[in-house]
Amino acid sequence: MAVEMRIALRNYGKVDPNKIEDYLSRGGYEALKKALTMDRAELIDQVKKSKLKGRGGASFNCGQKWSFAYNVDADQKYVICNADEGEPGTYKDRLIMEGDPHTLIEGMAIAAYAVGATEGIVYLRGEYPELVELLRQAVAQAEAKELLGNFKLSVHIGAGAYVCGEETALIESLEGQRGEPRFKPPYPPVSGLWGKPTIVNNVETLAVIPEIILKGADWFSSIGDPEFPGTKVLTLSGDVKNRTFFEVPTDVTLRDVVFELGGGIRSDKKFKAVQVGGTSGAFIPESQLDTTIGHTKMALIGATLGSGAVFVLDDSRDLVDINFQITKFFEHESCGKCTPCREGTMRMRELVEKVNCGQGKAADLDLITKLARVMSTASLCGLGQTATAPVTSTLKHFSTEYAAKLKE
Amino acid sequence: MGYKEILQNYADSPSNLLEAFHAIQDEYSYLPEEAIIAAADCFGVPAAEAFGVATFYSMFSIRKRGKNVIRICESAPCHIDGAADVVAALEKELGIKMGESTPDGNFALEFAQCVGQCQATPVLTINRKPYLNVTPASVPTILAEYR
Repeated sequence: MAVEMRIALRNYGKVDPNKIEDYLSRGGYEALKKALTMDRAELIDQVKKSKLKGRGGASFNCGQKWSFAYNVDADQKYVICNADEGEPGTYKDRLIMEGDPHTLIEGMAIAAYAVGATEGIVYLRGEYPELVELLRQAVAQAEAKELLGNFKLSVHIGAGAYVCGEETALIESLEGQRGEPRFKPPYPPVSGLWGKPTIVNNVETLAVIPEIILKGADWFSSIGDPEFPGTKVLTLSGDVKNRTFFEVPTDVTLRDVVFELGGGIRSDKKFKAVQVGGTSGAFIPESQLDTTIGHTKMALIGATLGSGAVFVLDDSRDLVDINFQITKFFEHESCGKCTPCREGTMRMRELVEKVNCGQGKAADLDLITKLARVMSTASLCGLGQTATAPVTSTLKHFSTEYAAKLKE
Repeated sequence: MGYKEILQNYADSPSNLLEAFHAIQDEYSYLPEEAIIAAADCFGVPAAEAFGVATFYSMFSIRKRGKNVIRICESAPCHIDGAADVVAALEKELGIKMGESTPDGNFALEFAQCVGQCQATPVLTINRKPYLNVTPASVPTILAEYR
């Protein structure tokens, strides 16, 4: 039986996001006060020990990321919140920010103290204009109560570019440039915004930080899957009955997510596939639904937890057609900086379109597989590297759907 | 407010370029060439770079377009839920094709990628305000707000 456990969303629906008093009455900013009494290295050690991994998709160890920035001497460091959630099917960061903006601010202030930064920036996607004022109001309230000390926090907005979820593209965008990823190394914790040490953390990652500080690393690391502990906010879409969100421990199975929490398939049809982690995630067949959602376990079946989007499809859905739509998405969102992604996403769309409209041959499927290998190996950033997962996973698990559309 | 005045509110950091472009679009609905050149001056970057930014982000338009910008999401969750039917209804109701503006300059019609409201697909936005669970039948009512 899958049971919800709310950490990132602990105050969702329980506080008025316009009132800092509500947040304070539920223990808000106590974690920041506690953190400020701790030694910085000890604080980072706690976050490392909690085994908190990034909730934006890449699943990097959060405390480790902080320690890289902590270890660099610089006159200025930055903490950036990546609030550019753009993976289709994902709306978790919006929920956290619109329900409880102060948890994000508190998490950022703790991160800033830990690494020695005095400036923070929330990079908010342009699709969430109503959140700009809510976040700015929350920052002003925290400043008025003198809770943030010398930490300055501002909110910047994007303008519709999926690639800006990649941290170096996001930094380029914050510098007023086209959002094209940088060559790495150096990584942002060493050289990020304006060349200064910068940590970029996802909204959900930062939202759980206050609870880890108050309740301890051992408490957090004992929840869910030991290799990827804690909870994850999942957002359900597609042909599932309950198209809503849940925050669950990371040892829940996909089957429980789809059939218990999700309530199963909306109509009288049957389950066909679920795509987890957003539009760059793999499609997973019924036979693998007993996998638990933690990043490591998902990787074993060639899938990912990613952003936590759960896109459910019933057996009437045409996976080739859906993949054509997905390849159009990546062709549109590729920034064009590197050749494997710029040319690859376009050719991939052409090939899948050809198969989808009944003009493809068996050789085209081989070409798709070959192109996918080149793109995933040679692309500069995660966009091109993962763009092929939906096509390759459906070719693997649902090859008959492609075969049925071939010309001969 | 003219674009020169708008730009003055953002001149203190090049980080503000995107926000300045948003503010100009709120006034003009697109980024006029002279406004992009003025922004380049204001932030001390070459005009080519400012054009590079203006053409990179999908929310910005360097072509004149209708005052109320309708964007319909075509990402997978909206796609399987009938986004194409909503597109057809919008095109019929407005008498224009995707990517065009109405002759009276009131509406522009564009595709968007995910706008983060996937619990209630299909979704469209007008001037960045989301409309959820849109059906072909609800299109005239939604558009009436802006007529």
